[in-house]
This record gives sequence, C-alpha cells and structure tokens, in this order.
Amino acid sequence: MSTAAANLQLQDAVFVMIAIVTTGAALGVVFLRNIVHNALCLVLTFLGVAAVYFQLNAGFIGLVQILVYAGAISVLIIFAIMLVMDKEINQTNLPIPSLGRRIAGVYITALLVITLVLAIYFTAWPLATGAGAPFDAVGMLAELMLGDYVIAFEAAAVLLLVAVVGAVILAKGVEKQ
Amino acid sequence: MIGLSHYLIFSTVLFGIGIFGMLSRRNAIAVLMSVELMLNAVNVNFVAINRFVTSGQAAGQLFSIFVIVVAAAEVSVGLALIISIYRHRKSVDLNNFDLLKW
Repeated sequence: MSTAAANLQLQDAVFVMIAIVTTGAALGVVFLRNIVHNALCLVLTFLGVAAVYFQLNAGFIGLVQILVYAGAISVLIIFAIMLVMDKEINQTNLPIPSLGRRIAGVYITALLVITLVLAIYFTAWPLATGAGAPFDAVGMLAELMLGDYVIAFEAAAVLLLVAVVGAVILAKGVEKQ
Repeated sequence: MIGLSHYLIFSTVLFGIGIFGMLSRRNAIAVLMSVELMLNAVNVNFVAINRFVTSGQAAGQLFSIFVIVVAAAEVSVGLALIISIYRHRKSVDLNNFDLLKW
C-alpha cells in the first residue's frame, strides 16, 4: 500500500516537473527575441506535451506527437526561418511596436485564462470511476478510424494531399506562360 | 493528487501563452508558432478528458490525431505562404502585410 502511495506521489511530482518545463519553454517561444531560440523552445514544448501524453496513458499519441510535431513540423519551421532570415538575428522576433495593442493582448489573455481556470475549477466533472485500466488504445483507434470515422479519415488524407500540393505550388511560384 | 483539473489548467496556461504570442508578436513565423502552441493545448485537453472521463474509449485520442493532421496541413501551407510573401516584400513583418487594407 505504501509503495502504491509513493508511486502516486512520484507521478504527481513528475507531472509538476513536466508542467514547469513545458510552460517555461512555451514562455520562451513567446518572449525570446531571437527567432531561432523561439523555434528551439517550441521543440522543447512539443517534447514536454508528448511527456504529458505518456503520463496520461496515451503512448500512441505521444509517439505521434514526437514524430509529427517535434520531428516534421519543427524541421519545417526551422527551414522556413532559415529561408526568410535577413536581418540582425537578435531582432528577428520583436513585439508589436504599438503599446496599446500589447496591453490589449495582455488584457485578452488574462481575461481568457482567468475565466477558463475559474470555469474548470467550479465544474463538477463526471469522472470515470477506477484508475483507468490500461487498454489497447491502438487497436481501438484503428477500429474507430476505419469504422465509424472512416469518412473523416479519408477527408484527412485528402486534406494532407491538397495541403502538400498547395504548399509546393505556393512556395515554388507559378511559372509564367 | 493530480487530477483532471490540473491537466486542464496546464493546457489553459499553454493556450493563454499561445494567444498572447499571437496577439503581440509581429514576425509571421512567430505567430504561426503561437498557433501551434494553442493547438497543442487543445490536444492535451482531448487526451486528458479521454483518460479521466471516458476511460476505456479512444474517441478523444482519435480527435487529437485529427487535430495533429490539420495542424500539419496548416503549418505547411502557412509557411509556404510566408515564403511566397517574403519573396515579394522582402519582409516577414506582419505590419508590412497590408496589401488587402484600404
């Protein structure tokens, strides 16, 4: 019993550490002035979110997160940064010059976060009983994807194809006749 | 004891950081990165609620996969747009992207 309790406390401590690292990296994404540092902080944030997925017994989503976000999307973003970098590197990610719009941003963010946190705190969630026994998530995902949600699955496939073709056309430019 | 509300508050903080970055930065790529932060926060919500409320089902995880798919498409098209605009205007500053303003 005491080992189970210690295990629970260890899990809580792990969550707190992951949350602190991820939130700090997310703040780095927004507040650092060098856009390469922003991108590297973004990778750290993606990895922290993947760790949260692993902690939530969603190992498959965590792996997809590492592959797609920390692998593919961050490489895309870093390539784009290298293609469009043209001035002093420490000045690449400045805040908006107008003070009024920055204050408006702080105001909207604070309003949203406070409202949502209060709403989360006062909602009685219909929690499932039991500790959430491990189950075959990948098999269930496969059955859902090719069963009930097959149309959404096909639409997502078409969306990816169209997005890749569109990205190539946009980045390459249409040849003049 | 860490429960559902802690995960939801964590994702709310992540979403708030993303929305602040979206409103206060002027580099187009930084704005895109902030949007990615917000999409990640939404995914954390999906997976946490799937784990704590509908335990034993996988619909929440399925929807987070769809969000990841749409995010990948959005990033590829968005970065292509930014590169294409950079070629014409030699800038990624959002204040210079005012072609459609009258």
